[in-house]
Amino acid sequence: MGNTSSMLTQYDIEEVQQHCNNAFSQQEIVSLYERFCQLDRNGGGFVSGEEFLSVPEFAVNPLSQRLLRMLDGLNFKEFVAFLSAFSPRATVQQKIEFIFKVYDSDGNGKVTFNDMLDVLHDLTGQFISEQQSEVDLILEMPLFTDCKQVLTKVLEEAGYNKESLLVMSDFVKILGSSGLKMEVEVPVD
Amino acid sequence: MNSSEGKLKSSSSELDLDRPNIEDYLPSGSSIQEPHGKLRLRDLLDISPALTEAAGAIVDDSFTRCFKSNPPELWNWNVYLFPLWCCGVVFRALVLTIGWIIFLSCFIPVHFLLKGNDNLRKKMERALVELICSFFVASWTGVVKYHGPRPSMRPKQVFVANHTSMIDFIILEQMTAFAVIMQKHPGWVGLLQSTILESVGCIWFNRSEAKDREIVTRKLREHSQGADNNPLLIFPEGTCVNNQYSVMFKKGAFELGCTVCPIAIKYNKIFVDAFWNSRKQSFTMHLLQLMTSWAVVCDVWYLEPQNLRPGETPIEFAERIRDIISVRAGLKKVPWDGYLKYSRPSPKHRERKQQSFAESVLRGLELEEK
Repeated sequence: MGNTSSMLTQYDIEEVQQHCNNAFSQQEIVSLYERFCQLDRNGGGFVSGEEFLSVPEFAVNPLSQRLLRMLDGLNFKEFVAFLSAFSPRATVQQKIEFIFKVYDSDGNGKVTFNDMLDVLHDLTGQFISEQQSEVDLILEMPLFTDCKQVLTKVLEEAGYNKESLLVMSDFVKILGSSGLKMEVEVPVD
Repeated sequence: MNSSEGKLKSSSSELDLDRPNIEDYLPSGSSIQEPHGKLRLRDLLDISPALTEAAGAIVDDSFTRCFKSNPPELWNWNVYLFPLWCCGVVFRALVLTIGWIIFLSCFIPVHFLLKGNDNLRKKMERALVELICSFFVASWTGVVKYHGPRPSMRPKQVFVANHTSMIDFIILEQMTAFAVIMQKHPGWVGLLQSTILESVGCIWFNRSEAKDREIVTRKLREHSQGADNNPLLIFPEGTCVNNQYSVMFKKGAFELGCTVCPIAIKYNKIFVDAFWNSRKQSFTMHLLQLMTSWAVVCDVWYLEPQNLRPGETPIEFAERIRDIISVRAGLKKVPWDGYLKYSRPSPKHRERKQQSFAESVLRGLELEEK
């Protein structure tokens, strides 16, 4: 590969920086470019799903398939924009927007009950299964071990229901108050 | 790599072997938020820890770092060094050619004429292999410092070393004729393997075949028990790593019931990056690169032989030896299996994360019921 920074001109760096709203410094963009080229082994100008999955740490992540749908076919500029939500300079609003996008798989600005259920399934795998209820032997009360029931219960407590369509402002209300920690450090040589 | 479902399954069962807890190595902090107290909508919707981990892996990951090679820097492109360098390359090529001539002119007669007298033939072939390795090392202007007592030929002992390039074998072989276990390669290397290396007693394996493991384990055991055989040299990492990190050791070498003698090899990167990046270079190109660089300088430490402690599993044993070698050679340990270069990680890791999140969700619910 050789010196990849020589392929990125100052003009390119500034363009990318503008596109991601100055989320990364110029040095970080150069590092990200080196990383992008390292991942893009066949030199196609974008990193394919296979190439992302060749990173074991990424492949074992429960949300990898969801993220792959968002990452597929991105060129370098879009790749940096994708990662901008993880910059320490990104606002809480930007981070919540990113989380919203992960949920809103059809991109219509509304998160349905099924969208949330899908993500919950990704995170819990087979360990909370469908339609399985056990009985707590001590209290002799039914224990809900079903994703749908868990989600419905928690939604209702928060003032929503199964039919609710959550929008961005709902997400801000729910997640905004918590200290959202979503930062990644870009290694700079 | 195009692998059919069947093949992927078999390799994941390889990786499925119980191994030291990966969580011991990775940065602390669960990847999925563990809700405290009563379960709220916030706890279920906040996927930021999992996302952060994924983004962290995209930006930089410990596995890819193991196989990163430094780009070669041009140091000889000036008036006074260039002619010297040219002379150097010519001289080295000459040394290597002379070495091969001497070797072949001795080896071929010995191999065929002494067919009857096996003992003497083996002794001479061993000495000749050591000789040609010395010539190889000389052709790279190799400066190898050996530390520690030279290995002795005893039955029931195997040698393990960290792996950076196929030249590891040549560097070690010039001191002692080891028998080695290698991946069968195509081309001229394969030819060398089947003719010359046969004489020192080598075992072949094929990474892509699942059943291969059992056959190889059996061969290893047979070889290590034999008193006559050359001491066995194994690279438990199973693949070349860039000499700054060490990947997980495969347990095969550690369950043979033998004493394990660790060897640590460290190359001095100032002179050349000896890491053979098999994805980027063929072995021929790699050798040429070595021959045209300044020098190959490395340290070899023969470390104290270790035995399986009572109550220790072969995997713990392997990790202990990896620790000894990594400390000596200044390598950082990573929890990945080298074969992840060729196949996907086992679903076990993802399942473990999913399980811990599921448990904490259920726990949060329980707190309400009670």
